[in-house]
Amino acid sequence: MNGFYVVFSPFNFMLMVVGILLGVIIGVLPGLGGANGVAILLPLTFSMSPTSAIIMLSCIYWGALFGGAITSILFNIPGEPWSVATTFDGHPMAQKGKADEALTGAFTSSFVGAIVAVIMITFLAPLVAKFALKFGPAEFFAVQFLTFASFIGMGKGSAFKTLASMSLGFALASVGLDTVTGQLRMTFGITELLTGFKFLTAVIGLFGIGEILASMESGLAFSGAHAKLRLNAVLETWKKMPAYYVTFIRSCIVGCWMGVTPGGATPASFMSYGLAKRFSKNGDRFGKGELEGVIAPETAAHAAGTSALLPMLTLGIPGSPTAAVLLGGLLIWGLQPGPLLFIEQPDFVWGLIASMYLGNLVGLVIVLTCVPLFAAILRVPFSIIAPIIMVICAVGAYTINNAMFDVWMMVGFGVIAYAFNKLSYPLPPFVLALVLGDMAESSFRQAMLLSQGSVTIFWSNGLVGFIMTLGLVLLLWPMISWVLDKVRAPKPA
Amino acid sequence: MIGHASKSLKVVGFAAGVLAGALLATPAMAQAWQPTKAVTFVIPAGTGGGADQMARFVQGVVTKHNLMNQPMVVINKAGGAGAEGFLDMKASPRDPHKIIITLSNLFTTPLATGSPFNWKDLTPVAMLALDQFVLWVNAEAPYKTAAEYINAVKAGNDRQFKMGGTGSKQEDQIITAALERLTGGKKFTYVPFAGGGAVAVQLVGKHVDSTVNNPLEAVAQWRAGALRPLCIFDTQRSTYKDKVTTDMAWSDIPTCKESGVNTDYQMLRGVFTTQGVTPAQVNYYVELFKKVMATPDWKDFMEKGAFNQTFMTGDQYKNWVAANETLHRDLMKEAGFLATN
Repeated sequence: MNGFYVVFSPFNFMLMVVGILLGVIIGVLPGLGGANGVAILLPLTFSMSPTSAIIMLSCIYWGALFGGAITSILFNIPGEPWSVATTFDGHPMAQKGKADEALTGAFTSSFVGAIVAVIMITFLAPLVAKFALKFGPAEFFAVQFLTFASFIGMGKGSAFKTLASMSLGFALASVGLDTVTGQLRMTFGITELLTGFKFLTAVIGLFGIGEILASMESGLAFSGAHAKLRLNAVLETWKKMPAYYVTFIRSCIVGCWMGVTPGGATPASFMSYGLAKRFSKNGDRFGKGELEGVIAPETAAHAAGTSALLPMLTLGIPGSPTAAVLLGGLLIWGLQPGPLLFIEQPDFVWGLIASMYLGNLVGLVIVLTCVPLFAAILRVPFSIIAPIIMVICAVGAYTINNAMFDVWMMVGFGVIAYAFNKLSYPLPPFVLALVLGDMAESSFRQAMLLSQGSVTIFWSNGLVGFIMTLGLVLLLWPMISWVLDKVRAPKPA
Repeated sequence: MIGHASKSLKVVGFAAGVLAGALLATPAMAQAWQPTKAVTFVIPAGTGGGADQMARFVQGVVTKHNLMNQPMVVINKAGGAGAEGFLDMKASPRDPHKIIITLSNLFTTPLATGSPFNWKDLTPVAMLALDQFVLWVNAEAPYKTAAEYINAVKAGNDRQFKMGGTGSKQEDQIITAALERLTGGKKFTYVPFAGGGAVAVQLVGKHVDSTVNNPLEAVAQWRAGALRPLCIFDTQRSTYKDKVTTDMAWSDIPTCKESGVNTDYQMLRGVFTTQGVTPAQVNYYVELFKKVMATPDWKDFMEKGAFNQTFMTGDQYKNWVAANETLHRDLMKEAGFLATN
């Protein structure tokens, strides 16, 4: 393995550690996502060798994947879009005083997801690349449909409220340019709405500001304040984790699949959370602080984030926004991503793959060491920490597009979240529709163009038919299980 | 001041000896204006696309060779098919610290969506290059020439052949509409995707029958033997004669005209700044881009993407842009892509 030899040079190892630390910081700050971070630092790497440059930049990416979970768990503010699903159970755990356990769980499962994805890249790259080629618009829609379907029934309240929440998300997702007709929709001549509602702005407002409003109402008591500091929390949590091996396996499959196709880390984390809730014994306790509800999205997000580099390297299509920026970097360094990269630049490719193993290992050690430190932040009184969070949120929202409009939008979304909370409408379906609605609509309409309006395209081959049918079964599962119960009930026990 | 200027000249000269000639030829008076703060380079397109790659590449070259006394910051403003970026430029007149890279959406976006801007709201700086378009089919498809493919479309059912492209009512669909003039009334089913790389992969996966990808977007798949170029939409063949695949160079791709498919189209890769800036300020950027273009990095980049290296400034560039706007209006009018309002 020549690749490890490349990575083990002291200079490259130093770049790796620097990259991870920068990445964690980037991941913690909402708004300053991995893609922005890599884009900002890209010009600095032009004087390095391509291998050193990609090691540093990909380590920023791993760091951001790790870091996104920290604020999700501590403050209910997802640092990155793929950490949204981590807030569902991670933050309730922190409120129960189990922040250290949630953080350890999140970091460890991130690591597991990444390593599984790297192993897949190492041994199955050519095979997996061929699989990605099978994905046309119909297949993409089927996957997105499956994500929605696996999420139905997420709401604790009425199904109609879930539906209303999701529909509002779809409505907001449709604002901006319609890629299929090239027309602007619902922008009402407002320049700021041309980009549509940005997912990150919405998420910072809905989760960050919404949470602060809720805490203020409950008498300024930040419920995480009684967080105990346990130095052995990491080991304690590790003892619990093997019990969730099924969730790990399922989430790795979902993550790798979504990263390769390329669906992205965000849908992967949602789908994995939805599936875990559906199939777990403790499914009904999800959302109240289940470790399993942290493991599922984190494993899938990191597996997807890592495997998203595979289609970039082998096909030249980026599986995530960060991968897109890295792709630009490859071209500037004089490398041509594509099917021949593995043959023509073996040093580069294997150096990168080796850095995936080591980078994630180094990252895990770094973030785990800091678990007690992160958890201790919760002991700061709410009246001090709340204004700081507000400022971080506002800076984050501003950073996304350097626009003050986004900050006001964030405040608006915070108010929406408060109203949702009071009227007990669930937020997750709204967020899911906002992030996936646009893509799902495009894929559906592209598929309809290809088939000239016939829905049979969704069953036109085994792959798409299987995913679609799986989605329908999941969607109708509550009804199916109700019918099954009815059939079984009359029988004497 | 003088000491500072000579120091920066020394650095530049050291970093890129090839520039010495260009620098000597530049009268000191032309450098009368220098940016006094960071220069924002706006990209009216998303990350990873052709314009994005070129702008980030320019930023990289400027940083690597120390070509500016102030940093260059690249920012994507892709909303509304680029309208966000152009409206941002329009909203800050007389700001010499803002430049924008353009693609065809400079013309197509206002025409197709009615977004209120026009290239006349900007000041032309320089044309960096023209981007080419190539008609691609899957390597396993039976068509060896453009004429064979167009004849197959003619003989097939209406909308039977699927053309994948980037965006809607933009360059790819305009070329598709131009091709439809030659298919005897048979239309393509045009399927818009979000980015050029994705389009090429859809063709490799046989989800569409053909594409009009830029060279840079499809070259990796071509080299891997997955795609076949049929013709290039230019009036003459590409000038790059180095072999790209084992047996073909860019210059081996026939023009569409010589294949009997009389269509040509190229896309502007140019730079504009805001309206109302002084000639000295425009001149600063013209000289800056001349220095960028003199670097070996830039020459490599041009060859990799098989760009048509045409450099224009001043009135020549302005006239070209004006003529190109008329061309787009005509093409889009004919195809029925103009905004209804």
